[in-house]
Amino acid sequence: MIEPHTDAPAVPDDAAIEEERHKLHPLGLLVNFIAGLPQLILPIAAVLFAARKNADFGSSLVIPIIAAVLLISLFFRWLAWTRFRYIIGEEDIRIESGILNRNARSIPFERIQDLSIEQRLLARIMGLGEVKFETGSGEGDEGKLSFVTVDEGERLRELIRDRKEGAATGGKPAPTKELPEGTLSFERDNTPPIFAMNARRVLTLGLFEFSLVIFAVLLGISQQFEFLLPFDLWDVGSWIGVVDVKDIDLNAISWTARIVGIIAALGSLILVGMATGVIRTFIREYGFRLDRTAKGFRRRRGLTTLTDVVMPVHRVQAAIVQTGLIRKRFGWHALKFVSLAQDSKEEASHVVAPLAKLDDIWPIAGEAKIHTPADATVWQKPSAKWWFDQWLMVTPLIGAGIIALMVFTDAGMKALLPLSLALFFAVTLFLDWRSRFHARDDSQLYARQGWWRPRLTIAPQVKVQSVDIHQGPIARMRGLAKLKFGIAGGDLEIDGIPVIEARAIRDQVLAEIVQVDFAEVNRAS
Amino acid sequence: MTQRFHISDMQETETAGALTKLHPDHIKVSRIVALIWAFIPTLLALAIEAAQLFGEERILPAGSFLIPILLLLVFLVIMLPVRRYNHRGYDMGADRIRIVRGYLFHSDSIVPFGRIQHIDVDQGPIQRRYNLATLTVHTAGNHNSTVSLPGLLHEDAIAMREEIRAHIKREAL
Repeated sequence: MIEPHTDAPAVPDDAAIEEERHKLHPLGLLVNFIAGLPQLILPIAAVLFAARKNADFGSSLVIPIIAAVLLISLFFRWLAWTRFRYIIGEEDIRIESGILNRNARSIPFERIQDLSIEQRLLARIMGLGEVKFETGSGEGDEGKLSFVTVDEGERLRELIRDRKEGAATGGKPAPTKELPEGTLSFERDNTPPIFAMNARRVLTLGLFEFSLVIFAVLLGISQQFEFLLPFDLWDVGSWIGVVDVKDIDLNAISWTARIVGIIAALGSLILVGMATGVIRTFIREYGFRLDRTAKGFRRRRGLTTLTDVVMPVHRVQAAIVQTGLIRKRFGWHALKFVSLAQDSKEEASHVVAPLAKLDDIWPIAGEAKIHTPADATVWQKPSAKWWFDQWLMVTPLIGAGIIALMVFTDAGMKALLPLSLALFFAVTLFLDWRSRFHARDDSQLYARQGWWRPRLTIAPQVKVQSVDIHQGPIARMRGLAKLKFGIAGGDLEIDGIPVIEARAIRDQVLAEIVQVDFAEVNRAS
Repeated sequence: MTQRFHISDMQETETAGALTKLHPDHIKVSRIVALIWAFIPTLLALAIEAAQLFGEERILPAGSFLIPILLLLVFLVIMLPVRRYNHRGYDMGADRIRIVRGYLFHSDSIVPFGRIQHIDVDQGPIQRRYNLATLTVHTAGNHNSTVSLPGLLHEDAIAMREEIRAHIKREAL
């Protein structure tokens, strides 16, 4: 966008810097009220329904009841409006709100990433707009002024930009060098992508994405349309009956035939699962292409719906290298970038390479300034006590299971089931423990975990937002703790380490990160 | 440079004395809140008890509903707030805020000022009576993106907010 702003002195003089207190536009009350009307339908309907039961006074009270509900709603909105004000201070915007619970929020100008003005139809007619301050915190809803006039919104936008620049350059506004956002999509289209997948690669990925979701869908459909079937789907007896009708004696089927039948059934299950995986993967990942543009990464993919996502490099908070038990044998890994933005509903992090060899993955991570763990990196393990404690926590459940079985059934042999469960947990928890490693170097934190789906999380220390040390009652007795690093868009967790080690790592990381301000970290370079 | 951790190299970095306690009135506020929460269960217990007492047949001895509920109340309203108060604390460092809470489930969070996105000072109706407030800091994260600290004197909460804000301002320069 080209702002009509010239190099006229944009620094507000001292008189203008003093605090301004503002209320929202009174007409906004009306907009909110009308926009909120659908929510009132339910209470009104409930009241009317209650009144309808009492036939003789029902009809005469309909209008007063509706009017009363509307008035009460309007009254509370008005009350909230009178108690709402925003104050433009020297360094921050403050929003005070709340009828009973007073809330005073302070948003420093430096933290405001973006100010958006949204105009829906009704607000537009009245010349109003909803102003949102975005700071990039986890919740998304940091500050909202609904509604102010569009002019006021524009003024706020100018003001924040001026104050921000004024703060950044010590009073003098710097000329803006920001490129228009739209230039991203068509620049550098001729350069080769940094990662792409051909059809064969997509097919390979599809084979790994084994999915039995189709059976869930079929089950759902069959339940919906069960009445159309000539027999009861769930009545096994009638299934056997179907066989019987064809003059086949079940007992006459030999064991080999049964085994062949089971294998055939399993085989078709696997085949269907693989086919589903391949089809789904093709629809999602077909034509996968990742480009490095001037500002960040651009990812295009999809067969039916083509998606085109741009991720600025400085927004990447951490990288996840993920693989599977089987795909690891073939050297296949996936690379994801953690950021505040969400990839899709199912996927929190952006997949930038769904199936690639590590040699392809590290250069992509390198573009996001995330490097590989050095060969000399010393990997630490969680305490073995932790594995045992984890297992100990599931045993009461298994014990309860044994007792329940003893009470409700008479066969002692059935106790084998909970015992094998105990063994199962011991083995899986052990494998999980064995797969966990963590390390720290000058700039990054590493955490490896998972034996079924091994993953390595790499987070630059400067991107860490907060550090927690948690201890439950058992961990406390054993002197263990869970160390959790909050990252914008995810976290990095190291569980089951001695509490002193956790504190030592925390102190080292904190010493590293307090020197750098978050705004600095996330500024586009 | 990577270091291997040896227990002998590590020192206890946690010094319990370094933590600032919350305002003692916070106990009163927690008690009132607990009382409000306990109101309905107590009423229910009383009702059941009364129904038993004046009912046709007595199945359980008198007080078998009321006594457990009252004991629970004593614990929730009288003991728990003190216990929680004793295990809560914070520390305003030069560049970070540390918030410690819980005994059974202990948690110890540190948020560097440089990572704080915005700051809330909240006051509920009961807190207002005792001039207390809750300070909440928000970071750009999903995990633990808000860390709150109740039981501060309202003026202290405001002062802490200003201190953090001043720090953010300095850092961004």
